[in-house]
Amino acid sequence: MRNPLSKKIIDIQPSGIRKFFDVANEMKDAISLGVGEPDFDTPWRIREEGIFSLEKGKTFYTSNAGLKELRQEISKYMERKIHVSYDPMKETLVTVGGSEAIDVGLRCMLDPGDEVLIPQPSYVSYLPCTVMADGVPVVVPLQYENEFKLTVEDLEKYTTPKTKILIMPFPNNPTGAIMTKEDLEPVAEFIKEHDLYVMSDEIYSELTYKSEHVSIASLPGMRERTLVINGFSKGFAMTGWRLGFCCGPEVLIEQMTKLHQFAIMCAPTTSQYAAVEGLRNCDGEVEMMRRSYNQRRRFLMHEFARMGLECFEPFGAFYVFPSIQEFGMTSEEFATRLLDEEKVAVVPGTAFGECGEGFLRISYAYSLEDLKEALGRVGSFIQRLRNERN
Amino acid sequence: MDEKKQELRIEILKYIEKHSRVDLGELAVLLGVEETDVANEMAEMEKEKVICGYHTLIDWDKAGVEMVTALIEVRVTPQRDRGFDRIAERLYNYPEVYAVYLISGSYDLLVTLEGKTLKEVSRFVSEKLSPIEGVLSTATHFILKKYKDHGTIMVPKKESERMLVTP
Repeated sequence: MRNPLSKKIIDIQPSGIRKFFDVANEMKDAISLGVGEPDFDTPWRIREEGIFSLEKGKTFYTSNAGLKELRQEISKYMERKIHVSYDPMKETLVTVGGSEAIDVGLRCMLDPGDEVLIPQPSYVSYLPCTVMADGVPVVVPLQYENEFKLTVEDLEKYTTPKTKILIMPFPNNPTGAIMTKEDLEPVAEFIKEHDLYVMSDEIYSELTYKSEHVSIASLPGMRERTLVINGFSKGFAMTGWRLGFCCGPEVLIEQMTKLHQFAIMCAPTTSQYAAVEGLRNCDGEVEMMRRSYNQRRRFLMHEFARMGLECFEPFGAFYVFPSIQEFGMTSEEFATRLLDEEKVAVVPGTAFGECGEGFLRISYAYSLEDLKEALGRVGSFIQRLRNERN
Repeated sequence: MDEKKQELRIEILKYIEKHSRVDLGELAVLLGVEETDVANEMAEMEKEKVICGYHTLIDWDKAGVEMVTALIEVRVTPQRDRGFDRIAERLYNYPEVYAVYLISGSYDLLVTLEGKTLKEVSRFVSEKLSPIEGVLSTATHFILKKYKDHGTIMVPKKESERMLVTP
């Protein structure tokens, strides 16, 4: 019998730490600091709007690119938040989570052999999606010394004549790093100079704690070179609704809509109606969640400082990325022992690329009470490790 | 008051409104300021009566204590010069009166009252409240169940259904 599988899919390695994830998820009595989604319920007014749409019988497909009123709200939201205007009808596409936009975007932009610069540590899907789109992933390791920001020096090392796309994963999962306007400006100049395109994954844009999020698309000459990806999962606490969107130049959105139409038809109708309410009337709820994350972020930084755990101060998303290099073990060994001995689940930095070795991703999408309990255990664990080493 | 001070005050108030027992040192960490600043602002706000008290939200039912709460709508004739204030004062001085509000709409004062039994509450209404000069009529509503009180949902919370680790 012939092999049902393509060489391409076989060649994509399953994430090395899949096993760790499976073990951790089976441990029902463990406390977790390992989750990449908000602990808040979706704001009630959004849920209620979803329920209301079902009551009214809004259970049909929407237009492929998404409900007109949602795209209009998205366009206004982008104008308000990143100060870039997108035509709701021609430059906006509603997708099944930001993740679909990553996949479809890469498939519409890449020809075989085109190279994609993927800064790491970063979210897990850029690399496999690039491979499935016949692109060549080129990992750009980010440096702890630069607080995991992307610099032009990093880009210079990895850009070739075949490079077509740069992924910009900021605010970053897993490091929590953000890029300010000053950080972005030289990168934007580099992009224009080398005639590249940017896929800017801004799914955590609502969650910054120092200065307002700045999109690279808002810099001069960058709008027509950038596909901005965003969604409702993080800022609006809507992970399970599977709703995202992207905005970009018409030529690209038009083709992405074509592929999206063939592959998906349209994003979930109920989620789209609910999201309209989110964009219209939920600034207060979003602000409340941001305030709460920020308090927990400060609390974690304070506790790490007390434990003497090295960590740069992150200003975005809901993660901190402390270094565990002093303990002389791999991230996975550390995480496995922490899980076994103290029943605390964290994610090894290597889940987000090899250069995450020596780091842990700790999520603060947890109540302060949970964080206190978990950090107490982390504290006694690292004390024990230090005693072992002395 | 300068903007920064006002901002800190609002941050403190928003937090302690829900977590009044927070340790000052911890609150300072959460807000990213010095502990002495938090302590000073709180002392000032207590003095200015911005902070009027630190109360506890209790489910008396669960504590096994019989307690009835009534909402009483009161229609009154306002008095020359003093409006509703004198009647309100005569009401709020009773310790069993929990709250008194002047209300817009079809009645004037809303009084909430706590008593041990229905009878006790009814007696208060008929013997103390109704006879007050200027009170035209009352309508008493007993609270049967508290679903949410002081912004806190009183029914048990569901367990989290999130996975333990996700990328």
